[in-house]
Amino acid sequence: MALSTQSAPGARAEEHAGTDALSADNLSVFYGDKEAVKKVSLRFAKGSVNALIGPSGCGKSTFLRSLNRMNDTIPDARMTGSIWFDGADINAPGTDVVSLRQRIGMVWQKPNPFYKSIYENIAFGPRYHGVKKKRELDEIVESCLRRTALWEETKDRLHQSALSLSGGQQQRLCIARTLSVEPEVLLMDEPASALDPVSTSKIEELISELKQEYCIVIVTHNMAQAARVSDKTAFFYMGNLIEHNDTNIIFTNPENKQTDDYISGRFG
Amino acid sequence: MRMSNKTADRIATAVFYFFAFLIIAVLASLIGFILYRGLGQISWHFLTSPPETFKTGGGIGPQLFNSLFLLVLTMIITVPLGIGAGIYMAEYSRPGRFTDFIRLVVEVLSSFPSIVVGLFGLLVFVQYFDLKFSLLAGALALTVFNLPLMVRITEQGIRGVPREQKEAGLALGLTRWHTITKVLLPVSLPTILTGTILAAGRVFGEAAALLFTAGMSSPRLDFTDWNPLSPVSPLNPLRPAETLAVHIWKINSEGVAPDAAQIAAGASAVLILTVLLFNLGSRWLGRFLYRKLTASR
Repeated sequence: MALSTQSAPGARAEEHAGTDALSADNLSVFYGDKEAVKKVSLRFAKGSVNALIGPSGCGKSTFLRSLNRMNDTIPDARMTGSIWFDGADINAPGTDVVSLRQRIGMVWQKPNPFYKSIYENIAFGPRYHGVKKKRELDEIVESCLRRTALWEETKDRLHQSALSLSGGQQQRLCIARTLSVEPEVLLMDEPASALDPVSTSKIEELISELKQEYCIVIVTHNMAQAARVSDKTAFFYMGNLIEHNDTNIIFTNPENKQTDDYISGRFG
Repeated sequence: MRMSNKTADRIATAVFYFFAFLIIAVLASLIGFILYRGLGQISWHFLTSPPETFKTGGGIGPQLFNSLFLLVLTMIITVPLGIGAGIYMAEYSRPGRFTDFIRLVVEVLSSFPSIVVGLFGLLVFVQYFDLKFSLLAGALALTVFNLPLMVRITEQGIRGVPREQKEAGLALGLTRWHTITKVLLPVSLPTILTGTILAAGRVFGEAAALLFTAGMSSPRLDFTDWNPLSPVSPLNPLRPAETLAVHIWKINSEGVAPDAAQIAAGASAVLILTVLLFNLGSRWLGRFLYRKLTASR
């Protein structure tokens, strides 16, 4: 399923293909007159986990939501700059946003399962995208639930409401739902911040497993979590990208003083 | 001496209880009185036979049928328009002057006195479009004041669904339309349905808007003729049709049958029972659908 693209300038597309799953180039996001993200350039490699950290209101969630054009749903939001995905700029006019969103999945801070059964939550997307046979849907449901370690807990109650699950289970179901339409990139907006410690560690294990197959971008307020799960970390402050480097360098020997202050808890 | 906070609290509580009981008492005695006067009149004969002008023993059969049929006609027109406009207002309209203007129009429409809507119907539907006194003209007039309610109910129902539900649908690569119809509408359907049935109750009891549109007479109906084009068929939408509420008004003001008072009492009881049924039914159906659609117990 190729994205319909404006024929992107060849050299530019080449440069951004390679090992990058997704990259932002001079990306700015505005809400009305307010510039929430300021000319950020970032590259996310395939098979890597990328943490976005920074104090509240620093633009990291806005940046994340621009990566699958979710900000389009906010009436006065607009973007400049480009986001390269599969050799094309997804900000270019004429981009098929609907199929783009299928390929770049998203998980929210608050678990948001559909008000449907556990089974339907997962079968819903694939069915829409053309899987009609019950047996195939059953297989997708089982494999997605197995990958999120939910199968054993839910296999006897697949047709009960997803809202009957605990918060942690709901969040894993939301991840399973995202996997059901076979995305290439996973965007996660503080996926564990509303969960208890046990559920949090389950989500973190899941992230480490999923990175074999997906490029993951995760926004988090939890420094320890960023240090545990991510390969690269980007520090945002007041809409600017301050520093981006390997996670162990950011957390042990950051170049920038603001980064150092933030991760050592002196502000934010 | 200053009253202590505790005393003030007790007095306030007592006052609120008093008002609450007052409202319940008024409602209960009203319904009780109507049922007490009317229930005795209700029989199978009363519900099915046509009214008599000069003799005793008339029924309300055609009027009851007219009320129900008019309700169905009105809803056939109102529901798709109202849900469509409600979806537009909730999901497609962009905040701005135009949207504010639409909202203002909707508010103004819904606060129109129904007699004015009736006169408007007389001018536009009955005379200008030459529908004469007919069920269709009545249904269109009722649409005028039912539509704003439907729009508001739908808009509120859809806006009541958490924003994350919509984003979750879009993030799976669903189109906006599919997200609205398959994610948002099922969640808001119980709200929309409950509102629709309450609106239906209002339509069922409406008289003023129908006096000059659906008319105050009913032709002789042949309940074995179900061809909608035949002038004596009950299903013909272009025939005049006196509804139950209009009938009550008419026999109370100009009825000459000796038992007019009893007929009016019986008809009132039927009317109020039906509206109560709508209310209770809407709650039950709303809850049932919510469970069914969301797989919750």
